[in-house]
Amino acid sequence: MSEPIFASAADLARDLAAGTLSSEEATRACLERIESSDGDVHAFLHVRADEALSDARAIDQRRASGEALGPLAGVPIAVKDAFCTTGSPTTCGSRMLEGWVPPYDATVVRRLKEAGLVILGKTNMDEFAMGSSTENSAFGPTRNPWDLTRIPGGSGGGSAACLAAFEAPLAVGSDTGGSIRQPASVTGTVGVKPTYGGVSRYGLVAMASSLDQPGPCARTVLDAALLHAVMAGHDPSDSTSIDAPVPDVVAAARAGDVAGMRIGVVTELSGEGYAPGVEQRFQEAVAALAAAGAEIVEVSCPHFSLALPAYYLIMPSEVSSNLARFDAMRYGLRVGDDGSHSAEQVMRLSRGAGFGAEVKRRVILGTYALSSGYYDAYYGSAQKARTLIIEDFDRAFATVDVLVSPSTPTTAFPLGERTNDPMAMYQADLCTIPSNMAGNSSASFPAGLAPEDGLPVGFQVMAPPLCDDRLYRVGAALERVLTERWGAPLLDALAGRDRLSEGGRA
Amino acid sequence: MPLTPNDVARLADLARIELSDEELAGLTGQLDLILESVQVVASSVPPETTPTSHALSLTNVFRPDEVRPSLPVEDVLAMAPAVEDDRFRVPRILEEAA
Repeated sequence: MSEPIFASAADLARDLAAGTLSSEEATRACLERIESSDGDVHAFLHVRADEALSDARAIDQRRASGEALGPLAGVPIAVKDAFCTTGSPTTCGSRMLEGWVPPYDATVVRRLKEAGLVILGKTNMDEFAMGSSTENSAFGPTRNPWDLTRIPGGSGGGSAACLAAFEAPLAVGSDTGGSIRQPASVTGTVGVKPTYGGVSRYGLVAMASSLDQPGPCARTVLDAALLHAVMAGHDPSDSTSIDAPVPDVVAAARAGDVAGMRIGVVTELSGEGYAPGVEQRFQEAVAALAAAGAEIVEVSCPHFSLALPAYYLIMPSEVSSNLARFDAMRYGLRVGDDGSHSAEQVMRLSRGAGFGAEVKRRVILGTYALSSGYYDAYYGSAQKARTLIIEDFDRAFATVDVLVSPSTPTTAFPLGERTNDPMAMYQADLCTIPSNMAGNSSASFPAGLAPEDGLPVGFQVMAPPLCDDRLYRVGAALERVLTERWGAPLLDALAGRDRLSEGGRA
Repeated sequence: MPLTPNDVARLADLARIELSDEELAGLTGQLDLILESVQVVASSVPPETTPTSHALSLTNVFRPDEVRPSLPVEDVLAMAPAVEDDRFRVPRILEEAA
């Protein structure tokens, strides 16, 4: 396919470097696609059309003047609305920050700009990144381009859906319990959660600081690696940023060689609660990697069963602390400032009006878990569970190079199905949370469509901390084998039909 | 022991969130369900396990104490809910009678 909207970022970059395509043309194509399809998909909260075209023209001029540019210079990209961007609103999907324009850029955003990427706009998300469906966005849900009646995953549903809708070739996400990987899984795209500390959190609106990690979203494994290389690396502005060389993820994605690799299938991440089509495509992907020369073994991680419940103690505790900053004093929504209310009353009224139901639920849960007399039983024991999960990973990685599982137990569920059942919603992150708790790198890659509903299935790869390159090695091998089998990339099935304008399933 | 709406009201008070009676009632049931499902953590973790607060083993990071430009005042105040004399204007802190 030669139209720019269907091209990979790597192919766009090649055409831009060769001078057969301008950044203005590529950017305009994406903006036109957003114009025609985002009314249905609603992946974007804010589109900076004029600024993006102006940025693209500036890159074209710099290229024309012979300036040496980075490998992704001129390629359009979408950014999750959790990252601070000067000149563009940053709402985190919340009424609390509606219309807020930050006075500084997140380090990730600054690096995108320095690398010459063209920011198209900000993508929709569950409020303050809390959710697995984007239905918690204060500005309305995003819809899954595979089936507009289904969820696109969350919290980064906008970043995943804009890729599957061919509105952008690349997107930035953030992953606290699966917010990059689960949306990637249900939209047939690639999503990577780097090693904790691998990508700077400076300027990412904090949800749970010991778990949050920015990462790349893309349609191909190589594209994700190219973006990863731009985003990653030490940042003195983030005290938890790792001061070590970034693994060569691009070389790993180009190699895609799993011969001799030992791949461990996690026993505990299968069985009851997993859709038959998810398990079938997962098993086929494992067999494909075996055929490509990997050695497959089964590995038990007995404490992974504690990851989800322990996460729902640690994450809300950190949330209750982090979201205390939204106090209506220096920025954000202020309600009741009419002279009759004290600062504390204004704080209460503003937080009552500005936060949605899920945010209130988690702040109050965290307040409870941290309160005097409950701390040891809740937060304290969750921290111990975290140790046991890390030990499970350590034991596993002593014998295998990577671990694999389905990315999420089911395919995209219908919009509205789990909005009144928080426990069911939380199950969507069952497979992704262990890597947030342990801080290791992890990714979701397309594994095909489930036979029962024709919706995408994701294949999760987990690698040790600072071994992010292994994710790309496995992902690229899988992508090559499966693309050969299908005769085309999975998303070509979507590109080939225009179900977006039909407002429903084909 | 299940939470009561009064417990949740106290927590909301600590968290400085105004809740309607409907929200209180809804949250009480939901929080109970969630707390029930996380009990398994406390009951299955050996007490002698070392807690982990952070996935990475972190050491404190220092930087040289150099003077760097801060954000311009007008940029910082641009998004403030209320401004007076180049400062954030906040509602009264003390009660009227105090």
